[in-house]
Amino acid sequence: MTTLTAVCAFFAVAILLIIISYIAVRGVSSLSFQFLIDTPKPVGEGGGIGNAILGSALMTGLAAILGLPIGIAAGVYLAEFGNGWFGKVVRFVADILIGVPSIIVGIFIYTLVVLPMGRQSGLAGGLALSVIMIPIVARTTEEMIRLVPNSMREGALALGAPQWRVTWNIILPAASTGIATGAMLAIARITGETAPLLFTALNSRFYNVYLDQPMASLTVQIYNYATGPFEVEHAMAWAATLILVGLILLINITVRFLTRKKF
Amino acid sequence: MQSKISISNLNFFYGTAQALYEISLEIPERQVVAFIGPSGCGKSTFIRTLNRMNDTIPIARAEGTVLIDGENIYAPGTDVVALRRKVGMVFQKSNPFPKSIYENVAYGIRINGIHKNKADMQERIEKALRDAALWDEVKDRLNSSAFGLSGGQQQRLCIARALAVQPEIILMDEPASALDPIATQKIEELIVELKRQYSIVIVTHNMQQAARVSDKTAFFMLGKLIEYNPTQKMFTNPDERLTEDYITGRFG
Repeated sequence: MTTLTAVCAFFAVAILLIIISYIAVRGVSSLSFQFLIDTPKPVGEGGGIGNAILGSALMTGLAAILGLPIGIAAGVYLAEFGNGWFGKVVRFVADILIGVPSIIVGIFIYTLVVLPMGRQSGLAGGLALSVIMIPIVARTTEEMIRLVPNSMREGALALGAPQWRVTWNIILPAASTGIATGAMLAIARITGETAPLLFTALNSRFYNVYLDQPMASLTVQIYNYATGPFEVEHAMAWAATLILVGLILLINITVRFLTRKKF
Repeated sequence: MQSKISISNLNFFYGTAQALYEISLEIPERQVVAFIGPSGCGKSTFIRTLNRMNDTIPIARAEGTVLIDGENIYAPGTDVVALRRKVGMVFQKSNPFPKSIYENVAYGIRINGIHKNKADMQERIEKALRDAALWDEVKDRLNSSAFGLSGGQQQRLCIARALAVQPEIILMDEPASALDPIATQKIEELIVELKRQYSIVIVTHNMQQAARVSDKTAFFMLGKLIEYNPTQKMFTNPDERLTEDYITGRFG
């Protein structure tokens, strides 16, 4: 029994290691500093993913600015006051939303934002990512707050603390490690999303910081390079993939580092 | 002696289940009153009605009056926050906040805005820790985590935290039930010391403890108050047959 489970555990980890090492082997050859700062160029003239990295960062940032406060606040509501019918409905809907394929979120934002605006934009991309993010953050926040022992809540209430101060000064700090982990994992998840960006942010060949314009992203750029007809494009797709995986790994490691237990 | 708390005809319900029946009781000022009785008899529910801690349970409902200094705490418009500042509570399981020792005591002072400045805050924290007989053990590590303290120290920290907001009444729900005999003895000595300044209500499973620390004892069974008398009388010559049976261990 132990052997069987150990073999399965080994397989689960081995798959990840195989994927990462394969990406590393294929991607490292095209990697250079120029590649990290250049914009895409016609085939044969080099080119890079600088604008895609910037675009991904901007849209992920926008999604985080919108999604984290809303998600965390919704999670606090669900944990502290969400035992009525409204809380149950919200929880149920959030669970469904987590399971919705991300391309459907892309279509939703396309209808809601892209069509009225008349063009794809970084704003639409960021919004699509935040829609994916909110239910994940809300549910992890709720779970983390529920883990805070009720005795701590009562201890603060018994000192004459109003409910909102108990939540703000005691419950949230006590759950902060878990909430931060959930938030960073949600950010890592949306950093790797392609489908919701295809209709919403589209792509761009240039450095662009204007959110009302189409915007490049690492994932869509990988898709474009990988589906191109030329071998040099495929090589660049591998290199971009290596960067993306590296970034996500970095986010995960940062989470581990930041959320070590202090108290 | 004047009553600090005066309870009359208190009924308490969890949904449709009645937990307390027609309780009437006078709690005198600056004395220790112990609640004893078998598990599930309602003594913890009762002590939690005195600072309206049961408000946190959505289906809970109280009927009757609880007068503290002549004011009904169940009257509409009662400021529950002010009530809880006046009626402090120490719980069965010590529940320090995940903060430093200093911040644990500072929390109540800060949220109630009692202190004038930083120096005043430090004085108040030192006084609360001294009154809880903890100061000498923690004075050199006020900024380290409260979770690093032993169980007995954590419980005294929770008492210090309750004292820091200057309550008039302290409710203790089995404060020593999770502690070893030495830590228990310290808490008991502390209770006797504290009664010079505070009115104290203590729930306990330990009858020797009730006999040692309290001036009056109330015996509860199945949500009813069976007997309420001076502790001395209660443990030597109780009025009720049930009390005698319980105290002598014929059931329990």
